[in-house]
Amino acid sequence: MRGRCVIAGIGQTAFGALPGRSTFSMHAEAVRNALDDCGIGKDEVDALLVKGPTSAPELMYGQKLAEALGIQPRVGGVWDQGGAANASLIAYAAMAIEHCQCEVAVVTFADNPKSGSRAAYGKAKGDGALFGWFGTPAQYAMIARRHMGEFGTAAEALGAVAVAARRHGAANPRAQLRKPLSLDEYLAQPPLVSPFRRDDCALVSDGAAAVVVMSARRAAALGVDKPVPILGFGQGQTSWDIIQRPVLTETMAAQSAATAFEMAGVGPPDIDVAQFYDCFTITVLMTLEDYGFCAKGRCGDFVRDGAIEHGGVLPVNTAGGLLSETGMPGMQLVIEGVRQMRGEANLQVPGARTCIVSNQGGVMHTHSTLILGV
Amino acid sequence: MTTRQSQDDVEAAYRASLARGHLSFQRCACTEAWLPPREQCPRCLRADFRWEEASGRARLISWVVYHRAYDDAFADRLPYCVAVVELDEGPRLVSNIVGAADPEALQIEQPLQLRVELERGIPVPRFTQQDIPESTAS
Ligand SMILES: [Zn+2]
Repeated sequence: MRGRCVIAGIGQTAFGALPGRSTFSMHAEAVRNALDDCGIGKDEVDALLVKGPTSAPELMYGQKLAEALGIQPRVGGVWDQGGAANASLIAYAAMAIEHCQCEVAVVTFADNPKSGSRAAYGKAKGDGALFGWFGTPAQYAMIARRHMGEFGTAAEALGAVAVAARRHGAANPRAQLRKPLSLDEYLAQPPLVSPFRRDDCALVSDGAAAVVVMSARRAAALGVDKPVPILGFGQGQTSWDIIQRPVLTETMAAQSAATAFEMAGVGPPDIDVAQFYDCFTITVLMTLEDYGFCAKGRCGDFVRDGAIEHGGVLPVNTAGGLLSETGMPGMQLVIEGVRQMRGEANLQVPGARTCIVSNQGGVMHTHSTLILGV
Repeated sequence: MTTRQSQDDVEAAYRASLARGHLSFQRCACTEAWLPPREQCPRCLRADFRWEEASGRARLISWVVYHRAYDDAFADRLPYCVAVVELDEGPRLVSNIVGAADPEALQIEQPLQLRVELERGIPVPRFTQQDIPESTAS
């Protein structure tokens, strides 16, 4: 089904602090923008696939959202896979369309952890509280330290990811954090939960983003401008909590990308631009390795000298990612991938024809990959 | 024939062992050994296990050092070290490394030694660096 479905429309709200906005209100704005972007009305939509808001989980949220949007989708509901869910839902939308379960799917995400509740991100699990084992940054830092110990990965490698994201975000008028960061400034920062500093960690953001998925044939019939074909997708998951995970330095990205590359009929050398889930800097480094852009343990060499910055060999997160554009869990990366394939990105990669997007969740528990083309 | 134990039962057995100064884990008839306590073996899914006391020898899989307290109860002990530890017998657990003069200078795979300590009256399994004499630990 390579290329048989497309992302026909993209939409978003502002990113940052949006006090007083419910998730339903933010969804409505992003969905309206996405429908306007591809020039269709909401009556065309017959599938509504949603990753629920982390800060306020709610039963039947997908149905409540459909009511708020005034649509009656044949197919729909909420999918929980942490930060991998948005990419996975786009893949499920494509599969449902391919098998005649629906024709026009909206995949949308909204959350307001900045203005609302962040409690879900700080809890300790089980006996963890006795040891002071709190927060998500520490769990990713635990993985980063093992990577540093096994392969000699230096703080400079983590820093290169932060520096690239901040450079790209600084050039993005819609980014939440537009202050550039030099490697020296990064290294001079005090530790937060070592080996992490503050700038290794994603932003906390309110906002929504949505995409419209349909068949390529339908997009052509509707006269959609620059539909972006979905060339491949895949997923990978481990059930092990990081305390029990036998190998900490490999992620499910490898399994996910293998499926997506095979479906798309491409490999790492064919990729012109990447949008990698950067909840923490280490996640980008390990995704580079596990996707096969460099050998295991060699991410530090790969990211040196601006290689992942605009103008480098593999520009990564050209709108700033979770570290600079918005801490939203993943949909912004899909949207930037679509802009790159349309040739309409703010920091456009000249002549880019293939983009890979990663979404991942939990503490590297879940991974989902999309490959987009032109 | 043993009576089936609930999650509360196995956690109580784990804590009772700690209260006696020992870290115990479950060992299945199929040979699998594990922590944290579970109602059944994560490998064969049977509930045919016995408790085994750990030797106390372990190694360091990874660690982080908190420089910010995410909970007020830990504000007065910053910086503190949280680690993933693997017992010589196989099971892994989350713990603290205590007594390290410079927690940033620890190394993965280094040997560790169990030390059961009281945390607000609750016995908890912590670890020290195995090869450091008591007198040099601060
Ligand atoms: Zn067993």
